[in-house]
Amino acid sequence: MELTGAQALIKSLESQGVEVIFGLPGGAILPVYDPIIDSSIRHVLVRHEQGAGHAAEGYAQVTGRPGVAMVTSGPAATNIVTPLANAYMDSTPLVVVTGQVARGSIGTDAFQEVDTTGVTAGVTKHNWLVTDPERIVQVVAEAFHVATTGRPGPVLIDFPKDVANARLTWHEPSPVDLPGYRPAGPPDPASIAEAADLVLSARRPVCYVGGGVVKSGASVALAELVELTGIPVTTTLMARGAFPDSHPLSLGMPGMHGTYAAVTAMQRADLLLALGSRFDDRVTGRVDAFAPGARVVHVDVDRAEIGKVRRADVAVVADCRLALEALVAELRRRAREQPDALEPGRLAAWVEQLAGFKERFPLTYDEAAEGGSRAAGSLKPQQVIEELRDATPEDTILVSGVGQHQMWASQFWRFEHPRTWVNSGGLGTMGFAVPAAIGAKVGRPDRMVWAVDGDGCFQMTAQELVTASAERIPVKIAILNNAYLGMVRQWQQMFYEERYSEVYLSPDLPDYVGWAEAMGCVGLRVATPEEVRPAIEKANDVEDRPVVIDFRIDSMEQVFPMVPAGSSNDEIVVHPSQRALLEQDRR
Amino acid sequence: MSPPNAPGPGAAPVVPLAGQAGSGPARPSRAAARPAYHLVSLLVENRAGVLVRVSGLFARRGFNIYSLAVAPTDDPRFSRISIVVDVESAPLEQVVAQLDKLVNVVRIDELHPLDARQAELLLVTVGADAVSRAQVIQLAEVFGAKVVDVGAEALTLRFASVPEALDDFEEVLRPYGIRAIQRTGRIALPKLGKSVEGP
Repeated sequence: MELTGAQALIKSLESQGVEVIFGLPGGAILPVYDPIIDSSIRHVLVRHEQGAGHAAEGYAQVTGRPGVAMVTSGPAATNIVTPLANAYMDSTPLVVVTGQVARGSIGTDAFQEVDTTGVTAGVTKHNWLVTDPERIVQVVAEAFHVATTGRPGPVLIDFPKDVANARLTWHEPSPVDLPGYRPAGPPDPASIAEAADLVLSARRPVCYVGGGVVKSGASVALAELVELTGIPVTTTLMARGAFPDSHPLSLGMPGMHGTYAAVTAMQRADLLLALGSRFDDRVTGRVDAFAPGARVVHVDVDRAEIGKVRRADVAVVADCRLALEALVAELRRRAREQPDALEPGRLAAWVEQLAGFKERFPLTYDEAAEGGSRAAGSLKPQQVIEELRDATPEDTILVSGVGQHQMWASQFWRFEHPRTWVNSGGLGTMGFAVPAAIGAKVGRPDRMVWAVDGDGCFQMTAQELVTASAERIPVKIAILNNAYLGMVRQWQQMFYEERYSEVYLSPDLPDYVGWAEAMGCVGLRVATPEEVRPAIEKANDVEDRPVVIDFRIDSMEQVFPMVPAGSSNDEIVVHPSQRALLEQDRR
Repeated sequence: MSPPNAPGPGAAPVVPLAGQAGSGPARPSRAAARPAYHLVSLLVENRAGVLVRVSGLFARRGFNIYSLAVAPTDDPRFSRISIVVDVESAPLEQVVAQLDKLVNVVRIDELHPLDARQAELLLVTVGADAVSRAQVIQLAEVFGAKVVDVGAEALTLRFASVPEALDDFEEVLRPYGIRAIQRTGRIALPKLGKSVEGP
């Protein structure tokens, strides 16, 4: 069968099982948009290419399948660099196709020409410039293979216009043969045996669970490990939902805004089981003071993560799920040989100590002032998150942007299932939430999808709600409107003597309700605690269009606990109401 | 971006070493200041852009390249890149692990300097007037360098040897005035009979 390069590309995407492309056409990619009309693949027309990339990320994060975005050359390619960098940091599988000027024009500064593979080399797992039409089918196969195997990540295919217009004979791809690409698979049994030794001898162990557990589908294996060993669990920002928050051994999130129990457990641990986590600076605080008494078993599919930040006593370079299953099997075998090896009492003192931390230093916030509860601006963001959590189904997908609202969402939601939390962790991309929520809803139309966004974030990508309205993608957005770039303001408050520099945004400009309505959404405004629940319930009932709720929250609310940047995790600052108790504890 | 299959006997240094080229004011002997180094030999796919991926990785991760040489192997599908990495800038395991993630990097050999045969080539134009010409030619003969160009006031010499001999040669020529110098960067292969630690 003879076909064009463009048709071969679309047919290749179809045979990879692609069901949706997020994209926006333009000159160099024009030929590829023609066969889309005849394709089974749904195309979601975004309003800005950054939105295409983040939507593809949201889709990938909730489904576990690669997200696909397609845009044209030049400015479109540079607009999608941010999502590529975001996906690279958070190990999200993406396949991005960019148009490119015709081969003969490459290097001539042609209209809308950018060296896309050069620009994106540092933020992709790999990229390809297709210079031979005969390679199209194989490149697509290679791209999906690289994006989805090993440590997942974004890849990019740069597709010159004349390659799209070339004619070729259709052929199935050959088996992928990339001699330099060797993703890790099952663990080395010797490393598992060593890990088991450390698990059995530890008396203050903690599971330090990262995004790798979600990506590899290791939640069941993790639950088995915890049932078997009784080891408490912390879940990082990228791992929220990998282990149920309701489990008695769940300590919550570690790190800069983690719970006191999670942060302190890691500081006092004698063993960290680092599972698909990467000792990010937001988790470790000052590295040389992080978990000073802990030996480290580091499980990661990416060998370069082992020892990058913290030396591992035992390195397990493997897929997290396979490693956890092997570890569980090995520990079961040991327990058969030596029945008291995993006797629960061995960790009793430790578990009791951590339960005490949880009880005495829970996440907390000041209730809205008595009598002032009807006053505008007295609404507490944490209360909004709690009410949202309580008024939505347990399997609701929660999406967030970046900033204070993201931390409150992670802290005060209750995550029970993997792939119910979508956020920008490593790169910290403001504006992620709206387009990512759209992608999440496309990937899981059966689920309710709520985005918690900040007013600063919302203004960066809100135009994608036009996409959502036009495509009937009923996402729901809760803006925690504190009229500030809140996280920056909090740092200026704490570390710059309350000298507020360029952080004020105004609660009324823009008019979020008017803006939402102009974009085809239902717009609601909530200013008092009493209005929160009815507004959420009203939003939950809207199924045919997006909803935006403008929650007017307390402008000066801060995120606690907090480990100041560059400090040891031992210097964690808890909520003001707990400080006297903590002082007492420290003495 | 430079294709790795550039013609010639080898080698194109991409990252200039401060103070490497040109005659200039006297500076500390390179031999005395030479840092400890890692020697990494990469077998890479011979495709456009591979060199950019490798050098870009070094830049991105803050690893310093001391020298770099690249040329195709006997199998035209592959090129070999020899890189000397500043040992201060990064632990070798991290450099190798990051390089290993590049899809076009097929094989990585970490060569311990004592277990490797190393070589480097230099071209140098050195002042040689009627008075000094005979001395310069004599020095070249002692080192086994070749005179490849002769001018009224200068000679251009070619010298290939182990990198340390190049350092020495450079030192002895310096008093005559080095007008221009180009070194290729270190290339290396494992010594025969020595096991090589690959990825």
